[in-house]
Amino acid sequence: MNAFISNKQEIPIASHVKPDGGAWSIKEKLWLGLSRDEYKAQFLRNPVNWALIVIFAVGVPIILQRYLFGLGSITHASNDYPWGLFLGFGLFGMVPLSASGFLLGTTVEIFGRKDFVPIERLALLNGLLGYFFAVVYLEVDLGMPWRLYYPMFVSLGPAAVLFLVAWHVATYLSVQVAEVSSAYFEWIGWLKGKRFIKSIAVGLTISGIILSTLHQGALGALFTYAPAKVHPLWFSANFQWIHFFCSAIFAGLSMVIVASALCKKYMAWRCDRRFLDSVDELTLGLGKGCAYAMITYLVIKLVGVAHDNDWAHLLTGWGQYFLLEIGVAVVLPMFMFAVGVKNRLVGMVRWAALISVLGIVWNRLNTSMICFNWQLYQEIPHWKEVWTTVTIFALYFIVYRFILYRLPILYQWQGEK
Amino acid sequence: MNKLINRRGFLQGSLVASAAATVSLAKKSEAATFEGYPNAMGVLVDLSRCVGCRSCEAACNKEQNLPAPAKPFNDFSVFDEMQHGQKRRTDETRYTIVNRYDIPGREHPLFRKIQCNHCQEPACLTSCFVNAYTKTPEGAVIYDPDVCVGCRTCMVACPFYIPTFRYSSAFHPRIMKCVFCYDTRLTKGLPPACVESCPQEALTFGRRSDLLDMGKQRIRENPGAYVDHIYGEHEAGGTAWMYISPAPFEQAGFDVTVPKEPILNYVKDFLSIVPMVLTIWPALFAGFHLLATRKDKMEQQKKNENEGEV
Repeated sequence: MNAFISNKQEIPIASHVKPDGGAWSIKEKLWLGLSRDEYKAQFLRNPVNWALIVIFAVGVPIILQRYLFGLGSITHASNDYPWGLFLGFGLFGMVPLSASGFLLGTTVEIFGRKDFVPIERLALLNGLLGYFFAVVYLEVDLGMPWRLYYPMFVSLGPAAVLFLVAWHVATYLSVQVAEVSSAYFEWIGWLKGKRFIKSIAVGLTISGIILSTLHQGALGALFTYAPAKVHPLWFSANFQWIHFFCSAIFAGLSMVIVASALCKKYMAWRCDRRFLDSVDELTLGLGKGCAYAMITYLVIKLVGVAHDNDWAHLLTGWGQYFLLEIGVAVVLPMFMFAVGVKNRLVGMVRWAALISVLGIVWNRLNTSMICFNWQLYQEIPHWKEVWTTVTIFALYFIVYRFILYRLPILYQWQGEK
Repeated sequence: MNKLINRRGFLQGSLVASAAATVSLAKKSEAATFEGYPNAMGVLVDLSRCVGCRSCEAACNKEQNLPAPAKPFNDFSVFDEMQHGQKRRTDETRYTIVNRYDIPGREHPLFRKIQCNHCQEPACLTSCFVNAYTKTPEGAVIYDPDVCVGCRTCMVACPFYIPTFRYSSAFHPRIMKCVFCYDTRLTKGLPPACVESCPQEALTFGRRSDLLDMGKQRIRENPGAYVDHIYGEHEAGGTAWMYISPAPFEQAGFDVTVPKEPILNYVKDFLSIVPMVLTIWPALFAGFHLLATRKDKMEQQKKNENEGEV
């Protein structure tokens, strides 16, 4: 893109009007103002796209295989481990990383911190896509994906935790679509729609907080159905939901830090001055939030161990693994956040965010797979299951990038808003 | 019977809306005392009588029209089969399994029959978000494949690792599990096929309350012959299928860490915060919003007034 931008002053498109006075059509906006040949050239020049092509070349046939011959044809079809990577990573990992939407929404709309506005839309989009793709993962994993709407309209089991997850994720998805739609309305130039969303922004944000609190917690509470299967150190009947909810706070914030750092480094052409000038300062602000959330999490993790009197488990091999997770995924990034914020080391805060993003995925995999059935045996996923998971993630990446290239997420739309 | 409905009603209320929950709070005490359907049937398994003939496996296979096994039912080499270091378990082709346990110091091995234990308050049922499971007054836990979504939470929730999934099918997957021969036998007052086929009378079919008495009597009248425990009396809140054993249960492959209360009890902590969040959060955060933006509003107002004066 950079090569084209230096030659064509009219791109990147940031307004309805061309330099020569004409209006950009939607089609031209979709092609980023490039001709087809130019678009193809920029696509093929990017090595990331070649990696994506390889992932899809293998992944798409595997996904077809799953829908034609059943889950058993691409997984180990384990009855002991009913949930594998699709849920362990796709649902339990992606959802906390997508808490960013409600967190930044709250910061800006509820707490009135307008200084976080430049990064708010990135956080909202990150949230929306994370949830959407958690549902995509679910559609791969469900035995009967065509019955996704059954818990809503066909046969209701409202006393189950999963019922709450289903309803809240569905409702919250529509809330997030509404929140992100204002960027879309600017882009297509439908101001009425945008103003309407703005008028209900506070309501949307508050419903976002409620729904997020409950379903982030509910994902944890799902494991309280397996008190004898999850290792006691990763299990707490009383605190499971609050562990999941609290860790989602720094997971979501860390994900925004990582996403904004990647945008700044690899997509600077699409960012405007407002974003580029404020992103370092905002990273420090988010890092501060992460540090606070992490110390809270650490304390309630400790309370969880103390409440169930699990101290003796700490001396076993599982206990060392638990301490390793706490040390590497929580304590280390927590100190990096604290030191980074105090000494204004933006780079350190970004590395801390990356560690905590990976750390939260690790924690969810530990709870759902590695420390699940700890008294039986460890399930190692089939390579096709791993590849499918990677393929869906690649699709997530492509959609994410596609939207960032176009909608006013990283830049402000010029002209009437 | 009413009591179970009330209990579910209470939990439904707490999840669907806080208002419903406050109304049904009064029912909580009643729900806590639910002790199962009074005339529910059950089976008492006496491990000291089982010789591992696998007749029950064969009878179940025939009754439930399950696919023919790789090895015939009179092939006893299956007792040595191990997968992931585990003995055989139920899967989509078999609802019941008999495993052999060689216990050091005992002359004869013990055989344990595994099938759905048909809990009083089944974890599969309480965890299912489409109500695919029903605990019938006769004592069976049955499953409705027409509403099942295939999320497999029931398999995660079952403390006995009983429900299995038909992973092999892309278009007709479903949960496969023992249903106590509900539609073919139990509703007609007949014992399940496995019980009827047992040549050793290791399995006794009867009213659960009677079976508990019988189990206690056998333990009392044969001192030293049994461990003084009926597995299933309290495990997971009580089960319809219960076991008595001459050796400690963990030596016969039983999971003795299964809680002595319904699995649902572990989930209640979370369920109880739901109405709280639903009612308190909106007011709390709307309040935060008003407080946080108060200064802006006042400044805006001042500005407007000033403009008005000019």
